[in-house]
Amino acid sequence: MKNKKSKALLLVLKNTKLNEKHFVIKVQLPKNHPEIWPGQFVEILVEGSPETFLRRPISVHDVDEKNHTLDLMIKIVGAGTEKLSFLKEGDFIDIIYPLGHGFSLARKGQKVLLAGGGCGIAPMLYLARKLKEAGAECHIAVGGKTSDDILLSNEYRKLGKTAVLTEDGSIGDKGLITAHSWFGTDLKSFSKVYVCGPDAMMKAIGQLSVNAGVYCEVSLENLMACGIGSCLCCNVSTTEGNVRACVEGPVFDVTLLKDWNHNPVCHG
Amino acid sequence: MADLKVNIGNLELQNPVLTASGTFGYGFEFEDFLDVNKLGGIIVKGTTLEPRQGNAYPRMAETVSGMLNAVGLQNKGVFVFIDEILPKIRGYKSRIIVNLAGSTVEDYAEAASVLNEVNDIPAIELNVSCPNVKTGGMAFGTSCHSLAEVVKAVRKVYKKHLMVKLSPNVTNIAEFAKTAEDNGADSISVINTLMGMAIDAETRKPKLSTITGGLSGPAIKPVALRMVWQCYKAVKIPIIGLGGIMNATDAVEFMLAGATAIQVGTANFINPSVAEDIVSGINEYCDRHGIKDVKELTGALLI
Repeated sequence: MKNKKSKALLLVLKNTKLNEKHFVIKVQLPKNHPEIWPGQFVEILVEGSPETFLRRPISVHDVDEKNHTLDLMIKIVGAGTEKLSFLKEGDFIDIIYPLGHGFSLARKGQKVLLAGGGCGIAPMLYLARKLKEAGAECHIAVGGKTSDDILLSNEYRKLGKTAVLTEDGSIGDKGLITAHSWFGTDLKSFSKVYVCGPDAMMKAIGQLSVNAGVYCEVSLENLMACGIGSCLCCNVSTTEGNVRACVEGPVFDVTLLKDWNHNPVCHG
Repeated sequence: MADLKVNIGNLELQNPVLTASGTFGYGFEFEDFLDVNKLGGIIVKGTTLEPRQGNAYPRMAETVSGMLNAVGLQNKGVFVFIDEILPKIRGYKSRIIVNLAGSTVEDYAEAASVLNEVNDIPAIELNVSCPNVKTGGMAFGTSCHSLAEVVKAVRKVYKKHLMVKLSPNVTNIAEFAKTAEDNGADSISVINTLMGMAIDAETRKPKLSTITGGLSGPAIKPVALRMVWQCYKAVKIPIIGLGGIMNATDAVEFMLAGATAIQVGTANFINPSVAEDIVSGINEYCDRHGIKDVKELTGALLI
């Protein structure tokens, strides 16, 4: 494996519809593909329309290193992601990968908490897999407005203890994700917290973690043009000045972030 | 294989393809995608005398066949560029050109005099056309009087190749081309971004933190071509054409309109290896048309 970034036409093996808004694309990677790390992302070219001019940044959902496949979980949020939802087996997609700085792992025996809000659960599968390989003990919390936002599959359940919360109570416990005891009295017992989801959720969990003295990493979803560090459009305001979500991030130590008020804004 | 060498005045390039400022970083960001040594030149990100943090997020919006940006010249300043960045890229075979921006005439002149003493930078591109900063930038490029003042001041202290990047946000660009030439510019690059705006109807909010920004991409190509053509008729100094070039055919069109060389900008975001593809595409075009020397294309529009 090489660690370079690559631009490639990759074969779509499968497009699995999860519900009205979400789907997972499985693509074939070349055997000598660059190493892909949890929390990294790819940039996909949406073919065929002047309205979807720029690539779409999509986080890595899962990697099967034995069969050389990459899974991308995508939410339909506009014209570009809608077009991607029509991809089918046998199609090719133009991808730049792997991009960005991903999550840090944990050591053997450490208890860690993974939190995903809505489609923010996407990067947590591959992360949980890698954490389990490293011997860490994963707890996975998923939150959403309604049952449509809960994309927790049995795959996650194989990797750790899971909890589900919805704001309307249509599935799991009723309430915000932070209502779970893992984010309350239990929080101190975790070595690390990983979060991806809406800003409000990441900010809330980030603050709770800081208060509990637990290290916390968040994965930001910023608007991007290039994805490789040249356009400076995806800036993140940090204690060290403006940095790029696509190179220094998208995963950041929450204590470095200042004034983040980013989503919901995306190309669609 | 055609001869792809071009001369922009006293500056020789191995081929007419440069990368536009702010779209190609410092070159090394693209090393995994192309051979950065195969380009005519790399125009690095807009550099100012002092470091700048740039504008607040969001700085970009996708538009039909293009995008708006409002980065606001985020950079580490000319001294950090020279000490920390230049050593990583000075060995490239492609020419390194610094895009120089400022807020006052004095800032421009001071940074230019610093760059005049630095080896391996054979040219600067004077950025008098950035629409995304409150002071300086486009203010210099949209008044012939201010343009004359800044070009004259920089010319006095900068002895190497001086390229001036013109703003399209003017009524008659030929007057600005002439002003740059009369005050000592060695070449002009045409055009910077067109000032634009995008609105989210659902939230009633502007899509950029700065409300307005600079439009780039294929959406602006017809405007850019027209302006290169107008400048070509107005001045004798060489023109570097840019604005929405996505492929070699686009590049050839700019040369036919009067450009000696071209810059690839927003296309680098869509396809990070496109600049090298355009070099080989221009060569193929020349072979297909029996052109031995790419210089023959400049201004060769048949009317």
